[in-house]
Amino acid sequence: MSLLAILVYVLAVILIVAAIFAVKQKDLLLAVIGTSAISVVLSIFFYLLQAPDVALTEAAIGVALSTIIFVITIKKTKRFEE
Amino acid sequence: MRKVTAVILLGLVGYYLFSYFLEIPFGENRSSVGDYYLENTVEQTGSVNTVTSIIVSYRGFDTLGEVTVLFLAATGLGAILFDKKGKKRRRQHASLIVRVSAHLIYPLIILLGAYVFIHGHLTPGGGFQGGAIIATGVLLMFMSYRSFEVSHKFLTYLESLAGITFVVVGFAGLIWGSSFLENILPLGIPNQLFSAGVIPIIYIAVGLKVGAELTGLLDNLLKTIK
Repeated sequence: MSLLAILVYVLAVILIVAAIFAVKQKDLLLAVIGTSAISVVLSIFFYLLQAPDVALTEAAIGVALSTIIFVITIKKTKRFEE
Repeated sequence: MRKVTAVILLGLVGYYLFSYFLEIPFGENRSSVGDYYLENTVEQTGSVNTVTSIIVSYRGFDTLGEVTVLFLAATGLGAILFDKKGKKRRRQHASLIVRVSAHLIYPLIILLGAYVFIHGHLTPGGGFQGGAIIATGVLLMFMSYRSFEVSHKFLTYLESLAGITFVVVGFAGLIWGSSFLENILPLGIPNQLFSAGVIPIIYIAVGLKVGAELTGLLDNLLKTIK
């Protein structure tokens, strides 16, 4: 198995774990950090799949902008899921 | 009983969907339009980045619609969050390390964003990505310094100017060429910064517009926190 294949498998595992974490977590702030981790891994995946422009979009919007909008929403509502 | 019925119905739907999806060949090139773009882009538009040439030149009218949608979304948010009193952002106690490093990184992020949209016809990325990167840089400064302010008047003028540039370039194609957004400037030599005719002008306009819109949107949102 080449190094790249190992990297892809490790990233896929991180992606799935982060997704399950984001769904199951009751603390919404941590769940938002989970979705932002998904975006980081996805942007690496887009780069590996030869779509660097989509990777740039995902890195800027998925990691930074949508995360801050979620954080502002949590700040204005409730932090913990019931 | 209802659950069993639901499972049986779902199984039937799944079976028929799956049997039809099996008929569709996976990963095969079924249309010739992609090949056409890859072969003719450099010759017809002068842009070596095929994605950019499709977004700005072949499908330029769609991009104008997309920019309009973003503009309407930002305007709607601004209208909802509008407050006459002119609120200030809450005092944020960013630590010394965050403040100093934000100050150092901020110009580099702005530079990266400008690079991405100015070189939209040469390297991956373009106006939307560059604008989003610039907005992230400004967001870093918003979160580190309370005193960091961006004038909304400046943002509005920048946004309007960029939008007007896009439309004027489009109508120039209609006046001196034969269709809206036609490439009327000389194409130049591919792989150079000054090439591809109107594509860099449009992408710089889109980049400035997206950057200004997202910055204004973030400023509006951050000011609502009490």
